[in-house]
Amino acid sequence: MDMLYLFIAAISAFFVVLVAALVVIFAVKFRRRHAEDVGADIHGSLVLELTWTFIPFAIAMVMFVWGADLFFRLGRPPADAMDVFVVGKQWMWKVQHPSGVREINEMHVPVGRPIRITLGSEDVLHDYFIPAMRVKMDAVPGKLTTLWFTATTPGTYHLFCAEYCGTKHSGMIGQVIVMPPQAYEAWIAANQPSINLVEAGQRLFEHGQQCSACHKEDGSGRGPSLAGLFGSTVQLADGRTAVADENYLRESIVNPSAKIARGFSSPSIMPTYQGSMSEERLIELVAYLKTLRPSRSE
Amino acid sequence: MSHAIGTTGTSYLDAPHGLASWLLTKDHKRIAMLYLISITIFFAVGAMFAATIRAELATPQGDLLDSDMYNKIFTLHGVVMIFFFLIPSIPAVLGNFLLPIMCGTKDLAFPRINLLSWYIFIAGAIITLAAVFNGGVDTGWTFYTPYSSIASESSVTVAALGVFVTGFSSILTGLNFIVTVHRMRAPGLTWFRLPLFVWAIYATSLVMILGTPVVAITVLLVAAERALHLGFFDPTRGGDPVLFQHLFWFYSHPAVYIMILPAMGVMSELVAAVSRKQVFGYSFVAFSSLAIAVLGFLVWGHHLFVSSQSIYAGLVFSIITMLVAVPSAVKTFNWTATMYKGSVTWESPTYWVVGFMGLFTIGGLTGLFLATMGLDIHLTDTYFVVAHFHYIMVGGAIMGYLGGMHFWWPKMTGRLYSEAGAKASAILVFVGFNLTFFPQFLLGYMGMPRRYHAYPPEWQVLNVLSSAGASVLAIGYLLPAFYLTYSLIKGAKAPANPWGAKGLEWTIPSPPPTFNFEDDVVVDEPAYNYKPAREVHVG
Ligand code: HEM
Ligand SMILES: [Cu+2]
Repeated sequence: MDMLYLFIAAISAFFVVLVAALVVIFAVKFRRRHAEDVGADIHGSLVLELTWTFIPFAIAMVMFVWGADLFFRLGRPPADAMDVFVVGKQWMWKVQHPSGVREINEMHVPVGRPIRITLGSEDVLHDYFIPAMRVKMDAVPGKLTTLWFTATTPGTYHLFCAEYCGTKHSGMIGQVIVMPPQAYEAWIAANQPSINLVEAGQRLFEHGQQCSACHKEDGSGRGPSLAGLFGSTVQLADGRTAVADENYLRESIVNPSAKIARGFSSPSIMPTYQGSMSEERLIELVAYLKTLRPSRSE
Repeated sequence: MSHAIGTTGTSYLDAPHGLASWLLTKDHKRIAMLYLISITIFFAVGAMFAATIRAELATPQGDLLDSDMYNKIFTLHGVVMIFFFLIPSIPAVLGNFLLPIMCGTKDLAFPRINLLSWYIFIAGAIITLAAVFNGGVDTGWTFYTPYSSIASESSVTVAALGVFVTGFSSILTGLNFIVTVHRMRAPGLTWFRLPLFVWAIYATSLVMILGTPVVAITVLLVAAERALHLGFFDPTRGGDPVLFQHLFWFYSHPAVYIMILPAMGVMSELVAAVSRKQVFGYSFVAFSSLAIAVLGFLVWGHHLFVSSQSIYAGLVFSIITMLVAVPSAVKTFNWTATMYKGSVTWESPTYWVVGFMGLFTIGGLTGLFLATMGLDIHLTDTYFVVAHFHYIMVGGAIMGYLGGMHFWWPKMTGRLYSEAGAKASAILVFVGFNLTFFPQFLLGYMGMPRRYHAYPPEWQVLNVLSSAGASVLAIGYLLPAFYLTYSLIKGAKAPANPWGAKGLEWTIPSPPPTFNFEDDVVVDEPAYNYKPAREVHVG
C-alpha cells in the first residue's frame, strides 16, 4: 500500500510542478509588452490534445488496477485468520475474543497473525479505523461487516471511530495493543472467563432462547436442521438461493421471514428476535452456529 | 461584431430607484445583485463558523466548545457554505448577470421565475435559520442515516426542509438558463461561437435540474422518517441505512460539479482575456464540461468503498471516477497551453487565474488518491478528505468566483477598484489557503478522522499551522470587502472594456443599460477573436 502511495504522490508532485512551472513560465515569458498587443492566433492542436487526453487516461488506469488489486486483497481475509468480534455502540467499542475474553475500547492481538474482525453496530453507523494497520470499515446497523489485518510490530496503536455518530464521536476511541504471541497467550489466560464465545452461543441456543426446541440436529424439529449450514448454499422457498454466510445467519435470527428455506412455509412460525437480542448475543449465536458440523447420522 | 455603444440608455443601477423597484425587479442584472448580497452574507456566516472550528482545533483537548456545540457548528458550516453559498455563487450571481448578455439577449427566458427563485432561496435560508434558533443541527451536512433519522435529537427536520426548499431555487435557475441558451441566442451566435462560460453554466444547469430533485426527495424521506417512523433507513424496520448514502451521493457528488464547473467556465474566460488569445482547443474544453457533467452522475459510489457496498460495485465506481479525472486534466492543460505565445498581462484577474491553477491542480490530483480503492480505505473520513474537498471547493470554486468577481466587477458596478488591493488579496488567499489546508493532507495520512472535536496531542503542531493559515486566509477574504465597497463610493468610472477583452458583455457600457443592447445583436465571428496586431511566427 505504501508503494502505491509513493507512486501516486510522485505522479501528483510531477504534474503540480509541471503545471505550475508552465503557467509561471508562460505568464512571464509571454507577458504583454504593449497595451495593444494580442496573442498569437493559435486555435489548438488535435495531436497535442489527444496526447494529453491519453496520457492521464493511461496513468489513471494504472492507478485503478493497482488500487483495485490492493482492495481485493484487503477485502479477502486469509482462511487461517483469527476471529475477533467487535460491536460499536454510542460511544464505545465492545470487543469479544473467541476465547470469551471481553474488552471495551481496547483490543489485544498477537503479532504476525492475520486478525479477522467481524463488525456489528447496535445503533447508528460507526467506523472501525486503525490508521497504523491501514484498515477501516463501517459498522452498519442490521449487518455484519468484516476487515482484516496482520500486525507486524508490537506496540500500542490508535483506534478511532471514523464515521460521525453523534455527540461523543471524537471520544469513541481506543487502543490496539499488539503483543508477541506468548505475551498474548498469557494475557488471554490471565483474563480467561469461565465460558468462551462458542459455549456462550451454545448456551443461548439450547437454554436461553430455546432455539433447539425447533432446530433439531437430525431435522425432526419444526425448523430446519442447522448442522452444516454455515458456508453452504441454501435453496429458498421462493426459488432463489442464498449463501449461508454470517450475515445470512444473523438475518435469519432477527428477521426469519426475510429468506425462508425451501420446505418451510411462510409466514414463518419462528419468532423474530429483532430488538430482543443484542448484537453481542447475536455474535455468540453466530459463532456457535458456525461450529455445527453436519450431523453424525450422515 | 455589430453592437451598440454610445446611445446612453440609463444604466440598470440607476433606472427606477427605491427598495420596491429592487425587490420586485425582473431584470436579471438586479436579481444577480440580490443574490450577490445574500450569498456574501451567508459566506460571512459560514466563515465565522469555520473560524470557530479552527480555534477549537488549535488545542488537542476540546476546551473551547463542548462536543455537542462543536458538532452543530461544523454541521452549520457545511450546510451554509454548500447550500447557501457555493452552489448559488457563480451560477446565480455571475451566471444571472452575464448569461443573457453573452447570449446577446435582453433577459432570461422567464424573468419572473428568476425572481421567484431568489425568493425561494431566501425562504429556504430562513427555514434553515429557524433550525439554528431551534437548537441547531448536529448531523453533518451529509445527514447520514440512521443517525439523522432516528438518533439525533436536534432540529434535523427543519434543516432538511430548508435544504428541500432551497433545492427548488436551483432547479428553477437551471431551467431558466437552459431555455435561454437554447431559444434566445442572438442571430449568428451558434453553439460553437458561445463563450466557454456559457457552456459551463449550461452543463451545470443540466446537473442542477437532473440531480436536485433526488436530494430534495432524499431529505424529505429523512424528515418523513423522523415524523412518521416509516423505516426506510431503519434496519429494525426492514430499512437499509446505506440506501440513504446512495441517494444522497447520487445528488451530492454531481453537486461538486455544480460548484466547480462554473469556476472552470470563469477560468476559460479569464485565461483567454488575460492572454488575449483564443482558448486552446475550444471544442475540447466545451465538451469536457459536458463529459464532466455526465460522468459526474456515475461516480457517487466512490463515497461508499467502506460502507459495506459490494466490492464489485466499488470496482465500477472506481474506474468511472478515474475517467472523470481525464476531462479535468484536459482542461488544465488547455488553459496552460492558452498562455503559450499569448500576450499575458499581470493585472489582478491574472493573479486569481494563477492561484486557481495551482490549487485546482493539487485538489484534482489528490482526488486520485481517493479514487484508488486500496488507498481510499485508509484515507476516507479523515482530514485528507477535508483537505481534498477544500482544495476543490474553496481553492478551485472560490478562486474562480473571486477571479470572476474581479474580472466583471467593473462591468457590473461601473467602477474600478484598487489593483494593489486585489493583488494583495489574491496572494494572501493563496498563501493562507495552502497553509490552512496542506497540513490537513498530512494529518489525514497520519489518521486524524474528520469531525473530531479533540485529537491526540501528537497532531497539535500541524493543527496549529492550519489554524494560523486560516487567519491569513480570513484576512485575504476580508480585504475585497473593503476595497470593493470603497470602489463603489470613490472608485474611478470604468470604461466599457477595461481589460481589452472580447465578448458581447464588453461591447456595452459599464454598467449596462436595463435592456442590455440598444439594437438587435448579430454575431458574425467566433468567440475570443483576437487578431494579431503584428506578424507572429507560429511555430
Ligand atoms: C474559510 C476557510 C475555511 C476553513 C478554515 C474551513 C475549515 C473547516 C474545518 C476545520 C472543517 C471541519 C472538518 C471536520 O471536522 O470534518 C470544515 C468542514 C467543512 N467545510 Fe470548511 N472551511 C473553510 C471554508 C469552507 C468553504 C468556503 C466551504 C464551502 C463553500 C467549506 C465547506 C466545508 C464542508 C462541506 C465541510 C464539512 C462539514 C461536515 O463535516 O459536515 N469550508 N471546514
Ligand atoms: Cu462512532
